[in-house]
Formats: sequence, C-alpha cells, structure tokens
Amino acid sequence: MRVSVEVNGEQRTAEDVWAGESLLYVLRERLGLPGSKNACEQGECGSCTVYLDEVVVCACLVAAGQAEGRSVRTVEGLAHGATLDRVQQAFLVTGAVQCGFCTPGLVVAAHDLLRRVPDPGDNEIREALAGNLCRCTGYEKIIEAVRLAAAAPAAAGRAAASDETAASDGTAR
Amino acid sequence: MTGPFTAPPAAVPPVAVPATGAPPAAAPSPSAPSPSAPPAAAPPFTAPLTGVEGGVGSSPVRPDGVLKVRGELAYSSDLWAEEMLWGATLRSPHPYARIRSVDLAAALALPGVYAVLTHDDVPGDNIYGLEHADQPVLAAGVVRYVGEPVAVVAAGHPETARRAVARIRVDYEVLDPVTDAEAALDPAAPLLHPAHGSNVVRHVRIRRGDPAARAEVVVRGEYRVGMQDQAFLGPESGLAVPAEDGGVELYVATQWLHVDQAQVARALGLPAAKVRITLAGVGGAFGAREDLSMQVHACLLALRTGRPVKIVYGREESFYGHVHRHPAVLRYEHGADRDGRLVLVRAEILLDGGAYASTTAAVAGNAASLGVGPYVVPNVSVDCWGVYSNNPPCGAMRGFGAVQACFGYESQMDALAAELGLDPVELRIRNALHEGATMPTGQVVDSAAPVAELLRRVRAMPLPLPGPSPYGPSPSGLPPSGAGGFDLRELPGGVSNTTHGEGVRRGVGYGVGIKNVGFSEGFDDYSTARVRLAVLGGEPVVEVRTAAAEVGQGLVTLQAQIARTELGVQRVTVAPADTSVGSAGSSSASRQSYVTGGAVRAACEQVRAELERRAGGGPVPAAAIPAVLGDDVIERTVEWRHRPTEPLDPLTGQGNAHVQYAFAAHRAVVDVDVELGLVRVVELACAQDVGRAMNPQAVVGQIQGGSAQGLGLALMEEIQVAGGRIRNPSFTDYLIPTILDMPPMAVDVLELADPHAPYGLRGVGEPPTISSTPAVVAAVRAACGRPLRRVPVRPDDIVGLP
Repeated sequence: MRVSVEVNGEQRTAEDVWAGESLLYVLRERLGLPGSKNACEQGECGSCTVYLDEVVVCACLVAAGQAEGRSVRTVEGLAHGATLDRVQQAFLVTGAVQCGFCTPGLVVAAHDLLRRVPDPGDNEIREALAGNLCRCTGYEKIIEAVRLAAAAPAAAGRAAASDETAASDGTAR
Repeated sequence: MTGPFTAPPAAVPPVAVPATGAPPAAAPSPSAPSPSAPPAAAPPFTAPLTGVEGGVGSSPVRPDGVLKVRGELAYSSDLWAEEMLWGATLRSPHPYARIRSVDLAAALALPGVYAVLTHDDVPGDNIYGLEHADQPVLAAGVVRYVGEPVAVVAAGHPETARRAVARIRVDYEVLDPVTDAEAALDPAAPLLHPAHGSNVVRHVRIRRGDPAARAEVVVRGEYRVGMQDQAFLGPESGLAVPAEDGGVELYVATQWLHVDQAQVARALGLPAAKVRITLAGVGGAFGAREDLSMQVHACLLALRTGRPVKIVYGREESFYGHVHRHPAVLRYEHGADRDGRLVLVRAEILLDGGAYASTTAAVAGNAASLGVGPYVVPNVSVDCWGVYSNNPPCGAMRGFGAVQACFGYESQMDALAAELGLDPVELRIRNALHEGATMPTGQVVDSAAPVAELLRRVRAMPLPLPGPSPYGPSPSGLPPSGAGGFDLRELPGGVSNTTHGEGVRRGVGYGVGIKNVGFSEGFDDYSTARVRLAVLGGEPVVEVRTAAAEVGQGLVTLQAQIARTELGVQRVTVAPADTSVGSAGSSSASRQSYVTGGAVRAACEQVRAELERRAGGGPVPAAAIPAVLGDDVIERTVEWRHRPTEPLDPLTGQGNAHVQYAFAAHRAVVDVDVELGLVRVVELACAQDVGRAMNPQAVVGQIQGGSAQGLGLALMEEIQVAGGRIRNPSFTDYLIPTILDMPPMAVDVLELADPHAPYGLRGVGEPPTISSTPAVVAAVRAACGRPLRRVPVRPDDIVGLP
C-alpha cells in the first residue's frame, strides 16, 4: 500500500508498504529517518517515541497505515537548523548521553513533558519518563538534563512547527 | 568517506570537534543533589592537568554527542546500502538435539530469497570462540542450546527473510539436556563437548595459609545469583559489504574489532587483511558484544550473494544472540576471632557457563581470585568451577565473576557481623584490604586500596529523610498526589496505590567490592594508537586513530582529552575505529582508559619528541607548531602494554595475576512493604577510588549507570530458564530499572593515584556494578528480617512464601 504522512513538516509518501509494517519501520527503512530507534518492538522501552499529531506514541506500536494523512514529528525534527532544541542541548551538556540509543526517545518524551509542564518536579520528571529505558546512565543525569532544559528559555513559537527537515541532509539515504 | 553510505557508517564523524569547557552542572561537585538526599560534602575533583581547554581532568562535551541528541548518529542497525539484502537466522528450538537432516527447498522457493546457507556453506573453519574455539558458526550435526544458529537466509525484505526461515525443515533427534550446573558435574552426565573430555570448562583453586585453620566464630551460607542480561538497548546488528578483492567490509557494533576480525576471517577462510571491520554506532555493550553474533553470518551471505547484507536482531532474538552473566551457586564459610578479625574463608563457587565456553575460564579466574573480596584473610581455600551445560551460553558482563562472588562474601560479612554483634561496617573496616596487603593469590597490593576509607565515606554521607508515614506529609515536601498528604511515587508500589505507608519499613545496608582492571593471568594485553600532527589552515590539528570501541563510555572524548593535554593542541579529531590500525584490545574489564589511554599518550609523547627535535629541542607551544612543521606531518604509531601479569598456579592459585585492583563501596537505603514484598530504593550512595578522574562527568556517569545495573540484579533482573528455555526474552518480561526504580545517587569520588598507571588512573566502569547488589540486598534484609540468599530478591522471598 501507499502511505502518505507529514513528517517533520514535509509531506512524505512511502510506496509498497506491507500491511504489517509499523510506523517505525516506515520512518526508519522507507523514509530515511533512522533517528527513532527500535529496541524492543513492544512499546516497553520508548526508544521510538515520536509525536503523532502532537501526542507522543511509540512508533513501533503504530501500524504504518494508521499514520496515513497524519502528522509525525521525530527527533530529527526537533532542532532548528544547526541550533539544538533546549532539551537536546541539556542532554548534551549534562552527560545524559552515553551510548545514546535511548536518547532520541528520551529527548522527544522530555520535550513533550516540558510542553505540558513547564517546571516539573523530580517526581513528575520520573513519572513522565518512566516509559523510556536507559541502560547506561542510571537516569540521574537525565533528570539533571530535564531540570536544566526546564530552566532554559523555551524556543518561542517553535514548539510544534517543524520548519525544516534535518533528516534530508543528515541521515537521508 | 568512501563507502556505500550517505550517512556516516561509523560512530564518530571524522570531523574536528572543538572542546568546550566543563558544563557547570556537572563538574564542580560529583554529588547529586536531590530532595531526599542532600549532596555529600565531597571534595572537588583534581584540577585539569594543563592550561589547554578540554584536556585531562576536564569534562568536554562528547564529540559524538550532537549527532546522538539529533538522532543522526549511524548505529549498526541504521546502516543502509544500495541493493542491500536482509539476513535472518534459523535457531534451534531444542536445548540438546542431533540434527538428522535440513531441508532448504521450501525456503529457497520463496520469491525474494537470495540465499539459504547452512554449515556446509561455511568456507573456512566452522568454529569460533573468544578464548576457546568450540562454537560452530552454524550448527553441524548437533545443537547444544535453544537459540543456536542452524541456518541463515538473505532476502529483499526482512519479513521475507523471516518467512523463509520458517520454511526451513530441520529433523531433530531430541536428546536429554543437561540444564543444571551441578548435574553437569555428575560423572554420569553426557559429555557435551567430547573433545574437551569433561563438562568442566575450568576449575580454579586458590590455596593460602593453613588448610586446617579453625576459628572461634564461624558462619556458613549458600547463595545464588540468577542469570542477568546485559540488556543493551541497541540489538545486535551490522552490515556486510562484499569487496572487489574477494574480501568483505563489515560495519558492526562490537567491543573488540580485531578479535572479531580474526574469528570472521577464520570462518570465511580469508586472510585477516581481507576482512576489514569498521565500528558502527554501538547501542551499549556491557560485555554482550565480546562474542560474535551476526558477524560471520552477514559476511557469509554477502559473499554468497555478492550484495550488501544487513542483519538486525529483534529484542527476543537478542536474548538468544549473546552470552549472559553466569548464574552461580556460592557456598561460603567465614571464620573470625571474637574481635571480628577474619581467620579463614572457604568457598566453593559453581558457575553455569552454558553450551559454549565463551569467557567462562576467565570469569572463573576472577570469581576465584577475587572470591574473598577486599579483605585481608590469612587462610583461604577457594574452588571455582565453570561448567558446560545446555543452558544459554554465559560469558562477559560488567563485573565479570566479581559480581557473583561479591554477593556471596558481602552477605557473609553481614551474617558474621550479626553473629559477632558487631556493626557490619565496623567488621568490614577491621578486615579491610589496604596497600601493602597480600591477596589470597599471594599478590601484594602495590597501589592505593582505600577500602576502609570508602566505607567510612559512604557511612558518613547524610541519610535521606525518614520514610513516609501513613498520615504524615510527603517526606520530600512536594505536593501530594495521593490522599492523606503523601506522594504515592515515594512509596513501594508507587502509583499502583498498594500502600499508604502501612507495612512499610526502612532498611539500610552496605557493600564493598573489588575488581581487577585489564586482562589478567598472563594475557598479552595491549593497545595501539596512531597519532598524527599536521597544520591545517595555519592551525595545528591532531588526529588520533585507534581500533578501540566507543560503546557509550566516552572513550572518544578521553582520547581527544589526552591528545590535547600531551600536545597542547586544541583541535583534535578522533578517527572512526577500524582495523586499519593495530588492535586496541576489548572495551571491557574497565581497561580502555588505562590501556588505550596509555597508548594514545605514548604515541603523543613520540610525536612531541619529534616535534621538539625538529624545533631544536625544548617545548613547542601550539602557536609555534605551524612554523616548525610547515607542510609536513608527524605521525607515530605505538603499541602500548601495561606491566605483565602471571598465570595462576593451577594447584594453589598463587601468582601476580592482576594488573590493578579497583574498589567501590555502596550504601543503600530502602523502603520495603513487608506485607507485599515490594521495594523502593530510597537512595544509593557510592564512594569509589578512580585514581585520577580523567573526565569527571564521565566518571560519575559510569558510577551511576553501573550502580543501576547492580540494583537491577538485586531486585528484578533475571533471565528465567526452565529446561534450557528462556521464559522471558522481552523487555515486557525481563525487567531492567526504569527512572522510577532508580533513586537519587550521592557519589563521592576519591583520586588516589596509582603510580603504575597512566595519569595515575584506575579503571572505573565495573566496581559500581559489583557492590551495589549486596548493599541493596542488605538493606532489604534489614527492613524485612529475612536471610535473602538469592538474587534477584523476589517478593515471595521478602514476605517469606515457601
């Protein structure tokens, strides 16, 4: 089947999609956006967290066909050109990134948390990120990163709009 | 980058990344403030070594960090090439069976299938193994564990490959498996590897002092450690690309490029030079990438089809695709005088190595030689057996034999303290290992061993505030989320609303551990570094090239830091790790900062010496380098070794087997719902000596992450195996700590230089994984009053169900 979906502000179409393919597979293998990671295929680890119409979902649990005509924003769509989103920047400087495999999902989940709750307490951070597994950091520096991002000024007016597609040059095939 | 990718095929882009200063959030204090755990009064880290920004002792931003936070780093599962095929693997459903026949016809008939291969198609030797080559690339005649690869398929779509796998017909003659390590020792048990002559992979004996020693106070205990999984997040994966010279290019996530290269080349029947391996982005390792997984399979399929082949395991397959931490049975006898001085320790440790040897021999060596822990004991007898069985193969995981032993000896120290009526920390301090003391192997500890100091420091850290009471306010002072004025998220069971504080008891426990750093027992352990100094655009630039695997720990950052410090040059590029330079050894055994760090420093020293020679002697500041060097470059390649070690005597276990010892101590504070068996770890405090904090932020990250894995083993992580079958091969059923399971951590870092090591550093990665497990279990014991002789501790154990 053919799946048409807006990804990071750009209209994209994937051809010959097999009905069993997930949104994650289509993003990674058909649209050249491997930033969302596949680590469990069961929605347990959160590594594939993306926005689907402004709501965060595990892309591995969304059938590709369910995304037809909808809007997706992935980790590749968070930065503003060369300028990192405040959540990305905070993960970078606090040491919240080790192997980095969980990072895309955590960055999207934390981005979503700060959109909803501008100044979360530690318990709120923990609850919001409980669906994202990290095996390297012990989470302490991830909490630190979210606190730091919350303290940074939000990128005004750019919360949902994706004005460019980082993927088209960074990771496209 | 010449290669089939538009995305960079390696973890680290070959671009210079300027160092930035230490982030203010991380560098000044190693302590982690939290509402319930005030920061410990730890001293600041040693100042950075030189004036150059981003050098040794600072915490520059990791050079691969921007790509990682943008989702643009090419992990081994993200690779793609024109005409690429997908590989899939048929695995044994039986723990032990003969293969009567394999019928590939239906698989080959499926449209979109390009190749279906069995052991008959392995052109070289159908055997591999890290230490002992005893494992077939594809099973030939017999399978020895559930999940053993039998055949591989290449197809145009991964689902086609999986369907083809399902159409392969294998006729098995099912045999009675050996699924218990003790049964494997029975002389009547079937010999799983007849050529080995025994099911014992290795028996290590340590004997010291008087074998007939007696003590006034004796405690005995039997302990069990379950099978832990490394559970890295990035499953096994890679891309093999056939080369025009008949060889193959392999892009893969691994811990040791050259040991992969040697094994792949042997199986392919190719010279090593025709198997060129480049490190792709690695989604965690923790020991699980030391053994081969899909490497040979992808290369076989690529060479057969003449097309690039990618293999990516799913999570379930990953549980079958790598070795695990050895489950263990440990029987200990500790004897002391009335004052609590240890007189004797006798131990028997049985490790289930599963179907193939992997690193079982070395794990047994560690469990035995570190088997009494960081204590001075005059009379020691330790026997450790690593055995073959038909369970999943076990090998390297962070802590490597020291984890299992530590749960045993630390549980015993608590039992002995109780028997003596002594404080458990005081008992440990009285017997603490120290510099100049002698290990049970006869090796004298010849650098800092601040075991007592580490214990004093974790004990002295402020305790978290008291636990919640049924009707009291939230201990953190945060707004309540539940009725009654408390925050459910701070109670065992959390928002499952299983308690409002009733039945909840607080416990505090301690643990301290010891780990060897680097490869031991006479292994020729070295690393190779190539350092190149050039002038680009009027500015000096350094390129560092090694084959050392960046697996998340921050080795790429560290290599650049060392080059900056040694050469005074700001712009340093760390080239992608590949086999175009000599071996760096494995990213394991807490060894890369020491060994590859040592190699990078040594290569920089040679470059600097040549630069100074050209300048006519004397130091050359960075600004003067362009004038001295002109258009020329200086490049030096150095193979660097740490001081040699010795094998253990096979009868007595005596010998200077280890390069360096490393120590960490933990204090755990837990709240336990003793009626439901639920645990919330309130706080985990750690003190560790790292010799020199090369990168303070990375050091703290290793301690926090390592501690989390130890917490997981204490409370939740176990691969459950029944009849040789894994019952929980998913992240739904194999639980690793979430952000709600991990408490705030107070970290106190000591920097007592080891004069034998580069910059005085001490390996960091493993010690925190070792001592956190017994500390957490001790805290749970203190809360519930039950002996808890098995990890992970289950709710049933806490409430005392039979």
